[in-house]
Amino acid sequence: MAEVADQLRTSPAATRMNDLSIRVRRSAEYIAIPLIALVASAVLFSIFLLALGKSPADFFQLVIRGGFSSAFSLQNTLQRSAPLILTALAVAVPARIGLVMIGGEGALVMGGFAAAALSIPMVVGHWPPLLVWLIMAVMAAIVGGIWVGIVGYLRHARGVNETISSLLLTYIGIAIMNFFVEGVLRDLTNPNKPSTRPLGDAYMLPKIPGTDVHWGLAVGVILAIVLQVLLSRTTFGFAVRVAGGNARAALAQGLPVGKLIVICCMIAGACAGLAGFFEVAAIQGSANASLVAVTALPAFWSPSSPGIIRSPSFRSPSCSAASSPRAA
Amino acid sequence: MSDSAFAIVFFAIIGGALRVSTPFMFVALGECLTEKSGRVNLGLEGTLVLGAMTAYAVSYHSGYPWLGVFAAGLSGAVLGGMHGYICKLPKVNDIAVGIAMMLFGTGIAFFFGKAYIQPSAPRLESFSLGAWTGNAQITTALQINPLLLVGIVVALLMAWAFANTKWGLIVRMAGDSAPAATAMGVSVDLVRFLSTMAGGFLAGVGGAFLSLFYPGSWNQGLSSGQGLMAVALVIFARWAPVRCIIAALLFGAAGAIGPALQSVGITQGYYFFNAAPYILTLGIMIASAGSKKAMRDVPGELSITK
Repeated sequence: MAEVADQLRTSPAATRMNDLSIRVRRSAEYIAIPLIALVASAVLFSIFLLALGKSPADFFQLVIRGGFSSAFSLQNTLQRSAPLILTALAVAVPARIGLVMIGGEGALVMGGFAAAALSIPMVVGHWPPLLVWLIMAVMAAIVGGIWVGIVGYLRHARGVNETISSLLLTYIGIAIMNFFVEGVLRDLTNPNKPSTRPLGDAYMLPKIPGTDVHWGLAVGVILAIVLQVLLSRTTFGFAVRVAGGNARAALAQGLPVGKLIVICCMIAGACAGLAGFFEVAAIQGSANASLVAVTALPAFWSPSSPGIIRSPSFRSPSCSAASSPRAA
Repeated sequence: MSDSAFAIVFFAIIGGALRVSTPFMFVALGECLTEKSGRVNLGLEGTLVLGAMTAYAVSYHSGYPWLGVFAAGLSGAVLGGMHGYICKLPKVNDIAVGIAMMLFGTGIAFFFGKAYIQPSAPRLESFSLGAWTGNAQITTALQINPLLLVGIVVALLMAWAFANTKWGLIVRMAGDSAPAATAMGVSVDLVRFLSTMAGGFLAGVGGAFLSLFYPGSWNQGLSSGQGLMAVALVIFARWAPVRCIIAALLFGAAGAIGPALQSVGITQGYYFFNAAPYILTLGIMIASAGSKKAMRDVPGELSITK
């Protein structure tokens, strides 16, 4: 009923506009909304800083200097944004089918852990690095995909709310990793920090040539483009958007809504799992508690790609990549 | 080992259930009220943390822990009011706002709470249910706090009010059918705003319990998802305040298993025992979400079960 009332309220305005002006408005919104949110949060934060007796000008100067001023800081920013692109995809894809999924962190942790655990025998057996990375990446994507796929299945089969169940699974995933990392898989040569056996320099993922940034960034960008095309240019994407817009209408059209939900969730989980793989293979060198600190949650607020999350049922109220704690 | 150790673990779980459940209870009661009015506030996790920080700070500065409890409630009401106000705006999704409020509440609490990690504030008084046994360990295990009793009274009061008062009827009507409430001349937005605010107050009080009684100090890891689990708990309790109490006790017991086993030296599988509440919550959600009973009791306007 609420939707009907909503439509009644907005329809006179909508009918007055022709196609072109709707298009212009949409693309304006596309840029304006995140921009306004960014400016508003900057203003609010400035007031906050002024109340503390600190200069906002200094602060923003520091942010720009630390984030974008030199080649080093720019690469550092890109390095940090790599996992966020992947975990943002883990939010964006389910959002297209109307799900509010915030448990990407669980898939990241499980994917990264699975990759690290699987790497141990391969590293010991001196397998070729390329093969090791490939197997690790595939494993991370599969484990992450299953992890979030569970959420999608529960949503479809039992009507379990995906927001809560994905978050609960994150806690459970972290517990599973901790159990193994501090138990049977603990590397006893490192007494300070419980972690799995390190990959070693020979098996660390190389940087993109000429930069200090690992390949996760490239993979993230490519995946974002691929998923953008998949969701906006294919029949699969169309079916997903129909199901996200109105599940009942989609069912009436004979679309396999349940299957679509599970597939979207598995894609999301695979992306987050890959983020875990890159954290392990390019940054940490092993699975440990630092994986948890990668925090997939800020990704929820960074509308990186594919496009801003915009399903009819869901609009993120304040979204800006810069407001995520990692950017500060 | 065996007999006495078993008794200690048993009483530690019972006592732990009584202690651990209280914040669950308050958050669940607050969420129950909010959801009865037709809105979901996922931000109560943030409210819980901010309440804990506020209570600790006020208790530290004033020397009166109960003043801290009240201040915690007020801070929760402010957060709840913000949620209620933002959700009133057109086309706003209450779950997304809830997640934003969750981050906002914890962020504010961590920011202002930095100064209070070290100093020690006066705690809430407690009394023991186990004094009659004469066993020192059991006496300490069964320490309970007056807030637990307050929670039970609030639950009974809420159940009575939902069933027997005009206010209760208005809240339920706003939650079951907004058009019907509007037709009766009730402002649905106002009802939901006030319900979210009152729900926030209760969740804030729950936070005060965390910092002023158990675990009884303020730090950043104080709450780990209790606020969220409470939301699931309300679904399990099928939106009945008294069932919220029982569910909270069950969750408390699950949360107490880990520490209780640790107290007698069993540390194997420590992480899994600590994850028990999450696993239990998930299991309960799977078991109860699709059931016919839950479908019958769910407030009609609620977005979370649609």
